[in-house]
Amino acid sequence: MYRYDQYDQRLVDQRVAEFRDQTRRYLAGELPDDEFRPLRLRNGLYIQRFAPMLRISVPYGLLSSKQLRMLAHIARTYDKGYGHFTTRQNIQFNWPRLEQVPDILADLARVEMHAIQTSGNCIRNITTDHLAGVAGDELVDPRPYCELTRQWATFHPEFNWLPRKFKIAFSASTTDRAATQVHDIGVHIVRDATGALGYSIYVGGGLGRMPMLAHRIREFLPEADLLSYLEAILRVYNRLGRRDNIHRARIKILVKDKGPAKFAEMVEAEWAQIDRAAFALTAEDLERMKAHFTPHPYDPQAAADNSFDTALANDSAFAAFVRRNLREHRAPGYKAVFVSLKAPDIAPGDITAAQMDLVADLAERYSFGEVRATHDQNLVLTDVQQKDVYTVWQTLRAAGLATPNIGLLTDLICCPGLDFCSLANAGSIGVAAEINDRFDSLDHLYDIGEIKIKMSGCMNGCGHHSVGHIGILGVDKKGEEWYQVTLGGSAENDASLGDRTGPSFSRDEIADAVERIVEVYLERRRDDDETFLQCYRRIGMAPFKERLYAEETAA
Amino acid sequence: MSALIRDRHLVEDDYASLADDAPLPPAGKVIVSLERWSAERETLERSGLTIGVRIPNTADLAEVWPQLCDRPLIEVQFPAFGDGRAYSQARLLRERYGFNGELRASGAAVVIDQAAQLSRCGVNAFVLRADQRAEAFLEALQRAAETAWYQHPSGAPLPLHARRRATV
Repeated sequence: MYRYDQYDQRLVDQRVAEFRDQTRRYLAGELPDDEFRPLRLRNGLYIQRFAPMLRISVPYGLLSSKQLRMLAHIARTYDKGYGHFTTRQNIQFNWPRLEQVPDILADLARVEMHAIQTSGNCIRNITTDHLAGVAGDELVDPRPYCELTRQWATFHPEFNWLPRKFKIAFSASTTDRAATQVHDIGVHIVRDATGALGYSIYVGGGLGRMPMLAHRIREFLPEADLLSYLEAILRVYNRLGRRDNIHRARIKILVKDKGPAKFAEMVEAEWAQIDRAAFALTAEDLERMKAHFTPHPYDPQAAADNSFDTALANDSAFAAFVRRNLREHRAPGYKAVFVSLKAPDIAPGDITAAQMDLVADLAERYSFGEVRATHDQNLVLTDVQQKDVYTVWQTLRAAGLATPNIGLLTDLICCPGLDFCSLANAGSIGVAAEINDRFDSLDHLYDIGEIKIKMSGCMNGCGHHSVGHIGILGVDKKGEEWYQVTLGGSAENDASLGDRTGPSFSRDEIADAVERIVEVYLERRRDDDETFLQCYRRIGMAPFKERLYAEETAA
Repeated sequence: MSALIRDRHLVEDDYASLADDAPLPPAGKVIVSLERWSAERETLERSGLTIGVRIPNTADLAEVWPQLCDRPLIEVQFPAFGDGRAYSQARLLRERYGFNGELRASGAAVVIDQAAQLSRCGVNAFVLRADQRAEAFLEALQRAAETAWYQHPSGAPLPLHARRRATV
């Protein structure tokens, strides 16, 4: 993985010192609240319902064992013993004390981590496929490009005070596992007809109160020109993005107002005038960065192991885990093992300090000392030899981290909701727990198969409800929590935004509603292989609507 | 009265900032709005005054540069703490249009916490917001100048990736 050199380290250390000074000035009354706010946000610090919330950057979701242990240390020392992984592969702590945040940042800096630009109207963490480097359907490893982009974006002097937040995601595989089309910029790494490597550039996707899918504004951009092109897009946005209305300030609104074709023209015109040579990535730059992400020294004999198949045949609980929580690996005899942070009794994405330590140990022993955070708020040990999977599973299971539900209904995405977030209209964690209860029989879950429920406690859409196969959005109606439901969203290659079912459901009704939706699917699907999304696209909204609102009409 | 920092020194401001309806002084240096400059350019040019121009942060430099190219001073404005449009103007003036006169920043964002970004985008003169301490601002400029940043906007030493090439 990428390791800091003296320059990276100095920049991070300086930011810690600067933030310490900003906190001191704020507490001394020298820095007004409305100015400390955007400054602390640029360091990931929110003031939440009960306490500050600190969001720590995990670039493209990649963590070393050492870093994960530091996160465990932070959870224990400064928080209530746990953390929360987000849909952008970062981790949040919900209970730090403002005065201690500079110390937390200093601890993070010791393991090459920081909270820079994890919030605020600036370029946020760069995300990508959590199976980067091991996926079979991958063209090249996207992480060197992510890291180059991370460095370009970090403390960019021109783009630190944008109209609104700005999110960039990379994908280099046939299946988009990074939800690139709902990002401000989605970069697809591709080859052109001649075999040259480059990028397709998508702009203007986003969730929130006006969910939109990104438009492709350039089919092929040569590999060397990534940063100058990003610079051009950001400059057009910084100059012309709306600043008069926070709800219309994302780049998606600019793209929509101008029209994607016109917007593309504006970017191209700006790009044509940029000194591209100054930004060009040389072969040497790319090689130096790629050297940080070389494949691990895999054991060529790994596939000779028989114990994996034996365990699979003899232990049905293990077989269930393998079926749901393993993904194929490029190297023979290796598996990507998912650590589920969606146990029935916890908030999706939550993990305790002890669990972090345990995963760090497993990574160190069995997966080359690395672990990844996924867009779906789970973790994954990407490089486990098949002979070790059984041991890894037993250890995870003993710690409550082996729920075999990856990709299933109970593997739902969820924001912190009203329980923690000052923006939320409605609770989401409680609803998640109730849905979990309804579907607690694993056999039933397997029968339902691949289904993505995504839930947000408010319009801001941190839980990506618009692209859930079933999306749930918390709304406030006269002080009560209500839930709007959408069907048919997707954040993958076939990206689409969900359709509203109709009137929203009360807190008492929402789990029932989900159950009915699933019933309709089970009754109407063509066969076991037709997924919820395929079925919905075939039969449309009507049958679901009918079932959901039947009683109401009758009454 | 706000302090002026120019080229990393605290100085007396030798320019008077003129409102659009203010009469011209008999001699000296003034800053006028782009609007006034466009409307009264001939009169102003004949006045014998040294004239800088203050541009709104919405001005499109591709359009207005021809009017500005011979000015000794251009002032970019930050009407709000979080409004970063003038950062793009500053870089464009320095890097695209080759402006090498005084590039002055004024407004709500001319504070210690944005000093590094302003100078890195090519601003060399700062009308400090009234509540800012000049010494702390100068220190922030000093730190920014000594730091190896990832990017290389105007006048900066080599960007980091180029330094790294050199060190291999």
